[in-house]
Amino acid sequence: MIIVHPLLGPRDSAEFTYLGDASLIDRPDWQSETAASEFYEYQYLRENPAGLHRELWFHEAGDRSWLVVTRDTTTHEITTVEMARDVARARGRSK
Amino acid sequence: MRYSGLKILKESLTGHKGWKPAWRSPEPQAKYDIIIIGGGGHGLATAYYLAKEFKQKRIAVLEKGWVGGGNVGRNTTIIRSNYLLDGNEPFYEFSLKLWENLEQDLNFNAMISQRGILNLIHSDAQRDAFTRRGNAMILNGADAEMLSTAQIKKRYPFLNTEDARFPIKGGLAQHRGGTVRHDAVAWGYARGADLLGVDIIQNCEVTGFKVENGKCLGVDTSRGFIGANKVGCAVAGSSGRLMSKVDMRLPMESHVLQAFVSEGLKPVLPGVITFGAGHFYCSQSDKGGLVFGGDIDGYNSYAQRGNLPVVEDVCEGGMAIFPMMGRVRLLRSWGGLMDMSMDGSPIIDRTHIDGLYFNGGWCYGGFKATPASGFAYAHLLATDTPHKTATAYRFDRFEKGRMIDEKGMGAQPNLH
Ligand SMILES: Cc1cc2nc3c(=O)[nH]c(=O)nc-3n(C[C@H](O)[C@H](O)[C@H](O)COP(=O)(O)OP(=O)(O)OC[C@H]3O[C@@H](n4cnc5c(N)ncnc54)[C@H](O)[C@@H]3O)c2cc1C
Repeated sequence: MIIVHPLLGPRDSAEFTYLGDASLIDRPDWQSETAASEFYEYQYLRENPAGLHRELWFHEAGDRSWLVVTRDTTTHEITTVEMARDVARARGRSK
Repeated sequence: MRYSGLKILKESLTGHKGWKPAWRSPEPQAKYDIIIIGGGGHGLATAYYLAKEFKQKRIAVLEKGWVGGGNVGRNTTIIRSNYLLDGNEPFYEFSLKLWENLEQDLNFNAMISQRGILNLIHSDAQRDAFTRRGNAMILNGADAEMLSTAQIKKRYPFLNTEDARFPIKGGLAQHRGGTVRHDAVAWGYARGADLLGVDIIQNCEVTGFKVENGKCLGVDTSRGFIGANKVGCAVAGSSGRLMSKVDMRLPMESHVLQAFVSEGLKPVLPGVITFGAGHFYCSQSDKGGLVFGGDIDGYNSYAQRGNLPVVEDVCEGGMAIFPMMGRVRLLRSWGGLMDMSMDGSPIIDRTHIDGLYFNGGWCYGGFKATPASGFAYAHLLATDTPHKTATAYRFDRFEKGRMIDEKGMGAQPNLH
């Protein structure tokens, strides 16, 4: 698979390591009343869709940036690649 | 029809006209007592044991494609019970004992071959870990033997014991481990279940569940609605897709695992060898092909095919340990869907919906589990209590902090 890095252009997916569903960006609030069950869901449960999947890839053998890649899990076709920090900031995270 | 040597003799003298299809192809009935979704090894074994051991009636197995088209026909056929943890080892040893008697039980030749499995050791720390594992196996009634480098060299003279990075320092052997003809397992269970009255319905995809007041009343399928008192899911790599129909999010991800087979060679490799440090394992099929594999590709996938970096990685692992493989040509490679759970261990449990049961999370190790998984799942479906070897395989273990993390990798399905 070729991942078109927003800064570096097309890169071989072998340069990356994979973390999983991009929902991992949305870390629950540890001070919430229901933190224990929210962290359980955050940590262990997954949508695991057959089709479009937004997922976190780390450019380990490159610029060490985190990317959010939108990929079809039934064909491996990649449609969008974003910088994870942009995605996180757009969702209200500080970094 | 029972298979026997005499029957073969009779048929060979009468032009092989007396053979019948190994199972019927019935039309689905309007309602069953128990529906099993998924005609892989686990689903078929479950139906068989439900009928045979738990005397259940009116059972159907619904398979979206054909029997044996999923992972049961795609795996590298290794059986073993060399686990460490309490939640696992009794279950896998129960499975190995069922394998040992399976062909007689099913009256079907599954080519079960206890040719032994050897896990290689490359460091002192690994020797300590494998010694502990071997002891845990023996405590649970399995067999285990630590082999020295000299013993390994004698049995496998072609192994590269002097590799600079991963010299072979010994190995943990389980002599009762081995290989099985995987398709024959699906066929044998299908035939066995059919003979006991189970309807095996192929080309019947489950597309949804009918749930009313928290109770599952049946399934919608590509061949219409079919009612049931109990529904048991056993769709392995498709678990996430199927359970999303009842809005269940599972503690698992679907990944792809590839496997490879070489051209046929004369017998060179007695038994199964695993090279964990280099992510490579290999056995030789009865047809002579070297059957090998390594790691999963590592990203979510429902594609049933992998990518080239893993092909390269697996072949490099092979060359490091089996330099004699260098001139062997690769014949085929393929991929299967892995239901990778968060701790690398399976789930056999009820769901929050009455009458809906779940079996999955087998990762890349569910073939060896087929008989015990079928038995334990049948036990759960028939009695509503977990089988004694499967009490740890519950959904709530993640919430309660009771993970069965053989590899100590934490909640990282792509590392198990
Ligand atoms: C390359 C590879 C190598 C492996 N090597 C080993 C090994 O050496 N040892 C080992 O122990 N394990 C191994 N495994 C793992 C093992 O094959 C699986 O864990 C096991 O086969 C899964 O259980 P099953 O046989 O029931 O799955 P499957 O055979 O996949 O059965 C699931 C069935 O469900 C059907 N299905 C899916 N969705 C629906 C639906 N909606 N409606 C109806 N039917 C549906 C599918 O068509 C499929 O037939 C390997 C797997 C792969 C891919």
